[in-house]
Amino acid sequence: MCTTCGCGIGQTLINGKPLHKPRQHGGPMRFRAHEADTHAPDVCVGDVSASRIVKLEQDLLAKNNGYAEANRRYLLAHGIFALNLVSSPGSGKTTLLVKTIEALNGTQPLAVIEGDQQTENDAARIRTAGAPAIQINTGKGCHLDAQMVGQAMQRLGLQDDSLLLIENVGNLVCPASFDLGEAHKVVILSVTEGEDKPLKYPDMFRAASLMLLNKCDLLPYLDFDADLAIDYANRINPKLQVVRISASSGAGMAEWLEWIREGCRNAVAAKPEVSFG
Amino acid sequence: MHEMSLAENMLQIIEDAAHQQGFTRVRTVWLEIGQLACVEQESLRFGFDVVARGSIAEHARLEIVEEAGQGWCEKCAQNFPLTALYEACPECGSYDIKVTGGDGMRVKELEVE
Repeated sequence: MCTTCGCGIGQTLINGKPLHKPRQHGGPMRFRAHEADTHAPDVCVGDVSASRIVKLEQDLLAKNNGYAEANRRYLLAHGIFALNLVSSPGSGKTTLLVKTIEALNGTQPLAVIEGDQQTENDAARIRTAGAPAIQINTGKGCHLDAQMVGQAMQRLGLQDDSLLLIENVGNLVCPASFDLGEAHKVVILSVTEGEDKPLKYPDMFRAASLMLLNKCDLLPYLDFDADLAIDYANRINPKLQVVRISASSGAGMAEWLEWIREGCRNAVAAKPEVSFG
Repeated sequence: MHEMSLAENMLQIIEDAAHQQGFTRVRTVWLEIGQLACVEQESLRFGFDVVARGSIAEHARLEIVEEAGQGWCEKCAQNFPLTALYEACPECGSYDIKVTGGDGMRVKELEVE
């Protein structure tokens, strides 16, 4: 977080380099220029004039949604199927991603955007698994936003008709509100968590299209009631599809991989014809 | 704490309006927050106080108007007040509910000079 005013600008890094934020901190912004020696506004509050009311009716997420729509248009135009993987920290997202990449390698072009507050560890794990990966470090930020992802997409140089896997920051709350332009959010819940997580963190389960119930190989050793967890998730979102999976044993992986392949086929089929002129 | 990002967005909306409409100070901000929106009001207030420092909205009063949550039952085909996302339809007990109101966050209007 910026120590001058507390904003989050200047901390986001993509592969260790600062995120380009065109309109903030040094841009044409008149009122919050940080380059000034003081943090005071460069406006002059002159005579006390009568106040007036300005009607706005503007959505707080409008800016993010604008960037997300631009990402979505790009992905659609290039036949790219993009998934936004969200979960609590420790649900096994990165392991699942590594296994998914290993299974798809050679048959499906793919790339990965990794979001974490700190370290390049996850991108390194993904690259070892054989996929191009870019790391976004959000600094103190608790979620990826569509602008960060748009820039990461450009730097990755995505192939047409490919799969883009975006691993969001491990956080079951904040990423729910931020559309990245993905086709679907995939929420990962592991059986070492509580069954009632869908009720406790409903926004994420409502925003997702698919839930992967991970670490199912551990069920014999736990009190976790998988049916109850799925029932809770479907209360929040009756349309939520569920796959029981274990990234380490491989159970359920075939169903997950087929879900991905079908999405990729649909994305390619939905790609508009290239028009000239 | 995504409330800090939301507070930054709020300030940007205000600054953009200031460019377009030529005001130099904001006295009051009316913000409508849905009951079902994924936001913690106190965190948003704190975030706004912090990001507004040194801006035209410094010391602006933040008035939060809460918008009631509303759901639509796909089975009974009717609207009802919804206070949490895990609630069932009060008529038929179905969870097949579409949120039809109270999940947004918008800057409604400003008092400026």
